Amino acid sequence: MYNAKAVIVGAVIFAVLFSSPFWLNFGKDDYKRPDVVLPKNEKECVEPVEYMRAEHMALLNQWRDQALRNEKRVYVSSTGKEWTISLQNTCLKCHNDYANFCEKCHIANSVYPYCWTCHITPEGKK
Amino acid sequence: MIAALAMVALIGCIAWAGAAGGLAFLFSVVLPYVAVIIFVVGVIRRMVYWAKSPVPFRIPTTGGQEASLDFIKQEKWDCPCTKGQTVVRMLLEVLTFRSLFRNTHAEVLLNDPVNKGPRVVYYSSKWLWVFALLFHYCFLVVFIRHFRFFMDPVPGCITLIETLDGLMQVGVPRFYVSGGLLLVALLFLLTRRLVNERVRYISLLNDYFPLLLLICIVATGLCMRYFDKADIASIKVFIMGLAHLSPASTEGLPSLFVVHLTFVSVLLLYFPFSKLMHMPGIFFSPTRNVPNDTRRVRHVNPWNPPKQFFTYAEYEDEYREFMADAGLPLEKQPEKAAE
Repeated sequence: MYNAKAVIVGAVIFAVLFSSPFWLNFGKDDYKRPDVVLPKNEKECVEPVEYMRAEHMALLNQWRDQALRNEKRVYVSSTGKEWTISLQNTCLKCHNDYANFCEKCHIANSVYPYCWTCHITPEGKK
Repeated sequence: MIAALAMVALIGCIAWAGAAGGLAFLFSVVLPYVAVIIFVVGVIRRMVYWAKSPVPFRIPTTGGQEASLDFIKQEKWDCPCTKGQTVVRMLLEVLTFRSLFRNTHAEVLLNDPVNKGPRVVYYSSKWLWVFALLFHYCFLVVFIRHFRFFMDPVPGCITLIETLDGLMQVGVPRFYVSGGLLLVALLFLLTRRLVNERVRYISLLNDYFPLLLLICIVATGLCMRYFDKADIASIKVFIMGLAHLSPASTEGLPSLFVVHLTFVSVLLLYFPFSKLMHMPGIFFSPTRNVPNDTRRVRHVNPWNPPKQFFTYAEYEDEYREFMADAGLPLEKQPEKAAE
């Protein structure tokens, strides 16, 4: 093999970089889904949980447009139930604990939305 | 083109059908592991194969003046003569695609006023360079951004890249410029192959296939982020399971995610056997990685066999008698040589 030193260094760098997900996590505890604290007094969100997990950010934007741009304050969910379109009075009424609900999952998945540069962070009331 | 399109569509359909038909484990656990192993082993095997191939000569294909007399200015980065200058040339090649920057486009002008007839004109053509650069760097950023699914906690550098990438704060989830530009660049590279007739003439299945495969990877990825959104918390649980070598249940994985993962696995499987091997290959390019010092250093082929010399003096010693008999001129006469 010619230039063996350089080639071996290159091959090692390549192998280490492309196997990094395996050795970076080696020996660590298994990753667990962040356990968010769900609201205690309410069992049902505006839409089913699978939909909310994937689409909540889109729904928030849709609600903003409906309420502030179209002045439409009533949302009819897929189950047929009517909800008042309001961040403060509908969403945050139940999800009032930012640190244990929103933030936990967002930080684990490196999501940093800019909601709270304008809105008031719900600090959690006992 | 059609064959490549059919192949990519077939892979997508198989993965989709597999995800729907209960084969998600095969496509999202077995296939990625096999793909990663074949990718790493395949690339290293090919690197060793290249390293074993001898490069006997310097290849002075240069874009500039070679080091010469003192008053002739040397083009140091295009025609390096020392190790340091060669390193600079390699860095410029790897990081800025310097030789692609020299890309030209030839065209025949039918009624050229200078020639009063047809004339070939060469234009500098930078589009390929621009979009190639755009594609590679966007791909790098997207690749690095994906590490948020592979690491816990997510390191600050990845968060920083995400912040910069989504600096425009367009929409939710925030639009990442790199993802959009990646698709644009890939579509340009594909369009170029189809529209430019000379490039289309030399394009083969193994040119179209990786392009279409990458387009499908990017499209499924963008789709999962912006349109048919996937629940990334569940996906991170699944991916971390793969990284911990203890795969989580494949139940409830979105079909689109299985298709995305299958495409990526196919890319990794295909990589070591394709032109995509230019990734390690660029470091093995003899026209780039050796200094052009053919004139200032004497290069002896290292594996030449020892030469069998037969000098004239030895020749005369061997045949002196016969040469003297034939009356040929000799440097030493037989009676002198005998003394």
